[in-house]
Amino acid sequence: MPASDRIIINLGTGSGVINWANFISQCFNGLVTGALLALISSGLTIIYGTLGVLNLAHGAMFMLGGYAGWVTYTYTDSFLAAVVAGSLFVMLVGVVMERLVIRHFYTRPHEDQLLVTFGLGIVFVETVRFFFGSLSQTVPPPGPLVGITDLGFMIYPTYRLALLGIVAVALLTLYFVLYRTRIGMIVRAGIEDSVMVDSLGINVYKVFMLVFGIGAMAAGFAGIVNAPVVSIAPDVGEAILVQTFVVVVIGGVGSFPGAVIGGLIAGEIISITTMFNPAYSQIMLFVAMTLVLVLRPHGLLGQAGRE
Amino acid sequence: MQIKRPYLVELFTALALLLAPFVLPHLGFSPSTINRILIWGLFGLGFDILFGYTGLLSFGQSAFYGTGGMFAAYLLTEAGFPYVMLSIVIGAVVAGVVGYLVGLIALKRTGIYFAMITVAIAEVFFFAEFNPLSAYTGGENGLPGVPTPVFNLGFTVLKFDTDWTMYTFLAFWYFVGIVIALRIVRSPVGAILSAIRDNPLRASALGHNIHGYKLTAFVVAAIYAGFAGGLLATMQGFMPPDAFMFDTSGQLVMQTAIGGAGTLFGPLIGATVWLYLSDFFQNVLHLGPTWKLVLGIVFVLLVVFLRRGIVGAIDDLYRMARSDRKNTAEPVAASSEAKAAAVEAMPARRRDGAQTSGPILQATGLTKRYGGLAANSDIDFSVDHGEMRGIIGPNGAGKSTFFKMLTCEVEPSAGKIVFEGRDITGMGVTDVCQLGLTKSYQINQLFDRLTVRRNLMIAALGETRGKFKLDLFKSIRSVPGLEDQVERTAALVNLTARLDTPVSELAYGEKRRLEIGLALATSPSLLLLDEPLAGMSPSERVETVALLKSIARGRTMIIIDHDMDSLFELVGKVTVLQEGRVLVEGTPAEIKTNAKVQEAYLGGVHGEVA
Repeated sequence: MPASDRIIINLGTGSGVINWANFISQCFNGLVTGALLALISSGLTIIYGTLGVLNLAHGAMFMLGGYAGWVTYTYTDSFLAAVVAGSLFVMLVGVVMERLVIRHFYTRPHEDQLLVTFGLGIVFVETVRFFFGSLSQTVPPPGPLVGITDLGFMIYPTYRLALLGIVAVALLTLYFVLYRTRIGMIVRAGIEDSVMVDSLGINVYKVFMLVFGIGAMAAGFAGIVNAPVVSIAPDVGEAILVQTFVVVVIGGVGSFPGAVIGGLIAGEIISITTMFNPAYSQIMLFVAMTLVLVLRPHGLLGQAGRE
Repeated sequence: MQIKRPYLVELFTALALLLAPFVLPHLGFSPSTINRILIWGLFGLGFDILFGYTGLLSFGQSAFYGTGGMFAAYLLTEAGFPYVMLSIVIGAVVAGVVGYLVGLIALKRTGIYFAMITVAIAEVFFFAEFNPLSAYTGGENGLPGVPTPVFNLGFTVLKFDTDWTMYTFLAFWYFVGIVIALRIVRSPVGAILSAIRDNPLRASALGHNIHGYKLTAFVVAAIYAGFAGGLLATMQGFMPPDAFMFDTSGQLVMQTAIGGAGTLFGPLIGATVWLYLSDFFQNVLHLGPTWKLVLGIVFVLLVVFLRRGIVGAIDDLYRMARSDRKNTAEPVAASSEAKAAAVEAMPARRRDGAQTSGPILQATGLTKRYGGLAANSDIDFSVDHGEMRGIIGPNGAGKSTFFKMLTCEVEPSAGKIVFEGRDITGMGVTDVCQLGLTKSYQINQLFDRLTVRRNLMIAALGETRGKFKLDLFKSIRSVPGLEDQVERTAALVNLTARLDTPVSELAYGEKRRLEIGLALATSPSLLLLDEPLAGMSPSERVETVALLKSIARGRTMIIIDHDMDSLFELVGKVTVLQEGRVLVEGTPAEIKTNAKVQEAYLGGVHGEVA
């Protein structure tokens, strides 16, 4: 598999040409990439923060979202239906996964949790490959969003512009759920001190199941709304997972604002480096992560003692 | 079993490697599959030291496997270097150097962070190989034309250009690899690595520089990976770029988990199962790409149900069978457990020029603030050589925080600590333990998966070896005085009969005694005991008080406890803390009648003691 296929969220157009117009459009690309990464990373980070489990199958959730949406789209021809079905399906997968497997791993070492979620990720990827093959699939953007839009200072693909809005709304929704609802309060309290939440008589298992579902849904939603931009294949999740890790390390594990900021930083790094030389985008991302690790080992917004 | 007959494992491995080419083909293994198993097994030896023994789960080993292999392959093809074996060794060394640099970054964090960072770093290597460095690595084509090894011995020329001759070559190196790995595991470093896996906090508190040892394990794993990568290149005659892929790291992790981590042979067994099944599913059942799905499901089931892999399960069965036989003999052993009153405590450390009178520890103006909350404020505290000091105070008086500052587990917000004339403020728990100041914890901090003997060894090693020493190939049994130190400590804390029992099987009182034993085995000149009597039954308390008295000779001790009757019986002087400050200091008799103390407790004394 050539390397270029593996930079999945790389919306790079016209890389190599360095001028102001290209720079601005790359910054825009970075914003879109970053917002998507922020959304996916938020899902990973709230699961880790609340449940203490790092879900290595999170990339597979992104992929499942894309496929569930694509299947729905081929039957209904409706993009909206695809988004709804894709998100709900992944949420369901998350809930079932928590109930059947993850729940039995809360008391086991972190390493076992990593192993089992890694294994489940493979099972998801290979199951999709079994049913739909390895060829990549595309979902076209919804009718009104096809084409390009003239922003005055540059022209930009309409769907990507819309994608920025869609992901921003999703992030705001997640923010609202986390910071303005009862369940969100419990989740944030759980991130601070899960033992305490437990002893307050809150049924943590129900909350855990829901959080796992919501976290997975964030990735699944990103998977389907990104499908019109980058075609889907069984192993799209792998590169996403790695980028998500970098985001989380930069932002700080368990921090929702950290995931958002880390996502945007990562997105801009990928896009702007791509303008100069796409081959170095991953390397620059790694350089950024290393800098953060050296200067602020717990991430930009992370707290000490959470690992 | 490894302890009594040290070379048995090596012998069996050699036999198995000799027999394999005669047995395995009949079971459906092709020679090239067997060769690949050996390479994965060798790759896994290093990984098992890192993951199984040290507890560091890396998902980025592909970086070193690829680097070592690619470097060797580049030397042998593009650079035209003629010596195959030397190239492989150079590749392994390069992988080790790269591992050192990567380790410096990745080991800044532990647990899941470590896993994430290794994944990210390995991905960078993948991208670097494919693009910026493709002029050297061949990019997605890899490097073809890697020669097979040829050795001219003068009288004959050894060539390894067929599957079975290649097998002898790989089997030889696997054997060398396992011998080295076994030595590392049986060395003092090996013992400390397993201590880091079980309880890194305590390992560093016992005077071991755990960061240095983790980095050592990381580099060892990288060297094994690089060496295996070089062998892969010469076996295939081609260095594949896939070696750098995340899949490679993932497959290694899965094979190790399937075979059993922490067994050294786990990766080999896991690779055997993995490669056999993948051949079987693809060539016999014609499942095509579905084989990976089936193996993924098998892997998940194994992780869920068989926690220690195949080798671990065999080991468990073996132990079960053995303990059935042993159980009948157990009660006799328990009743004959001798009281260890007559054992002489080992002496406290003596340093040249160290004074033996006057204050051993002086703290001035010690303050610890957590945000707005002052846990300790402005404490002046001094203990003389040979003194037994008690510290009491109501819950929340700041006693444990005070101890943590003295042992340098937490840095004071203000103030100064002087130990044996040396300013130790902000020095770090490892160095302070090396100086002879250590603590037994309020909540047991033991190495749960290891035996009592191993626990005590790890504690005693800090004194004999210093905080960091790379005696990777030295047998732990040849460390002078270690055995003696362990036996004496065990006798002191009355655990001689339990020396070979894993800590997880001890009763609570025994664990409590081992907790004190760990601190004692470091031969401290100043020993802090944080609630040594907590949770003990009355009779256990009496025993422990006697134990504390016996170890007090020639040693300075500071004891925190809520059991005032016992404490007053032990110590010569008591310091009372209240709300983070020193309330009063005096002899037990003075404290008992002190009005301020009575007021501070407000009758709480009776509640606590009863």
